[in-house]
Amino acid sequence: MKRLLLIALLGSAFPALADRLPMPANAPTSFTTECSSCHIAYQPALLQAADWRKLMAGLGDHFGSDATVDQKTGQEIGAFLERHAGSASRVGNAGNPPRITQTARFIRKHDEIPAKYWRDPRVKSAANCEACHPDAAKGSYSEHDISIRELRE
Amino acid sequence: MRAIPAVALLLASLACHAETPQQIRQIYVAEASSQQAGFTPSAKRGEAFFRQRFANNDKMPACTSCHTDSPLNAGEHAVTGKSIKPLAVAANPNRLSDPAKVEKWFGRNCKEVVGRACTPAEKADFVTFLSEVR
Ligand code: HEC
Ligand code: HEC
Ligand code: HEC
Repeated sequence: MKRLLLIALLGSAFPALADRLPMPANAPTSFTTECSSCHIAYQPALLQAADWRKLMAGLGDHFGSDATVDQKTGQEIGAFLERHAGSASRVGNAGNPPRITQTARFIRKHDEIPAKYWRDPRVKSAANCEACHPDAAKGSYSEHDISIRELRE
Repeated sequence: MRAIPAVALLLASLACHAETPQQIRQIYVAEASSQQAGFTPSAKRGEAFFRQRFANNDKMPACTSCHTDSPLNAGEHAVTGKSIKPLAVAANPNRLSDPAKVEKWFGRNCKEVVGRACTPAEKADFVTFLSEVR
């Protein structure tokens, strides 16, 4: 019991240790089937609820792609994302259309990366988390597990 | 006219369980034949379609932009860099096993690359190519 409390305390004392963003265990299968073909299934904590709502409302023109799902599936995925969304104050706004890569948190976590790496052919796009975080789909973003050698510290 | 209920029946009977590439090909052949008497699918035309460059989207001018020059190879999404498993049945036995999935990706990819829906004949040729390429 005391240990649990300590862990809880530690967790809240160091919110900056956000190198693990596990996928909630109750993720509906529709989320993985519909949202992991063109990029990894981004963890819900990466955006705030209002931004997930905005994103889910515009799947017909989703960054130039058609990511539409039927209404029932859309509601299921939307409810899941909003329930497990990141807190607005910690994540920050994501712009319109909402991008994880435009949130204050993403920008802060990556502010030491030289601009040329975002255009590197091995990376292609900042949204390609797996190019640098090989276990991103499993929610692991540790700075000790970066696959681009020059970016390792 | 008579072919339409046949297609609907086939689709309905295929809706709930895994199917073979032959059955999926048959759906598109039936649909194409209803528009064009005597239609026979061709892997060669399917391959030409796979390689054709369309002047619709400069980030992805052809199917090969994401699926590479050979459907036997793993591909990579042209925008996001995400890896994509091979499309050919010989290299990936999960392909052409779910009619709704195949139809969904024809819908998306044809719109993005060709700028319109693919015709039943184009789809029949394409799945024939994916089933036969070795
Ligand atoms: C047909 C392909 C496709 C599907 C399916 C798809 N997306 Fe995307 N998504 C994209 C593309 C393309 C981008 C833009 C990536 C880039 O600019 O590098 C994107 C970007 C995003 C971004 C912003 C990433 C950033 O730049 O920070 C989020 C969030 C997102 N998608 C969530 C989803 C969700 C949730 C689903 C499921 C409902 C989904 N996507 C399904 C293609 C897709
Ligand atoms: C160009 C390579 C690159 C890409 C692409 C990239 N990251 Fe990172 N990321 C890094 C590096 C390097 C660090 C470590 C930075 C540091 O601590 O100095 C990092 C750190 C992080 C952290 C903080 C980890 C910690 O220890 O606190 C998170 C969270 C994160 N990235 C999430 C993402 C997400 C989500 C994406 C995709 C939307 C992404 N990253 C895309 C290189 C990248
Ligand atoms: C922008 C990248 C991209 C382009 C360009 C593209 N595809 Fe795809 N395609 C995908 C993705 C992503 C999937 C689904 C991921 C998966 O199932 O591995 C897919 C899946 C498919 C499937 C599903 C097969 C099955 O049974 O699972 C077919 C059929 C298909 N594509 C046909 C085409 C055709 C035809 C073209 C050209 C008109 C094309 N694709 C161009 C990205 C692309």
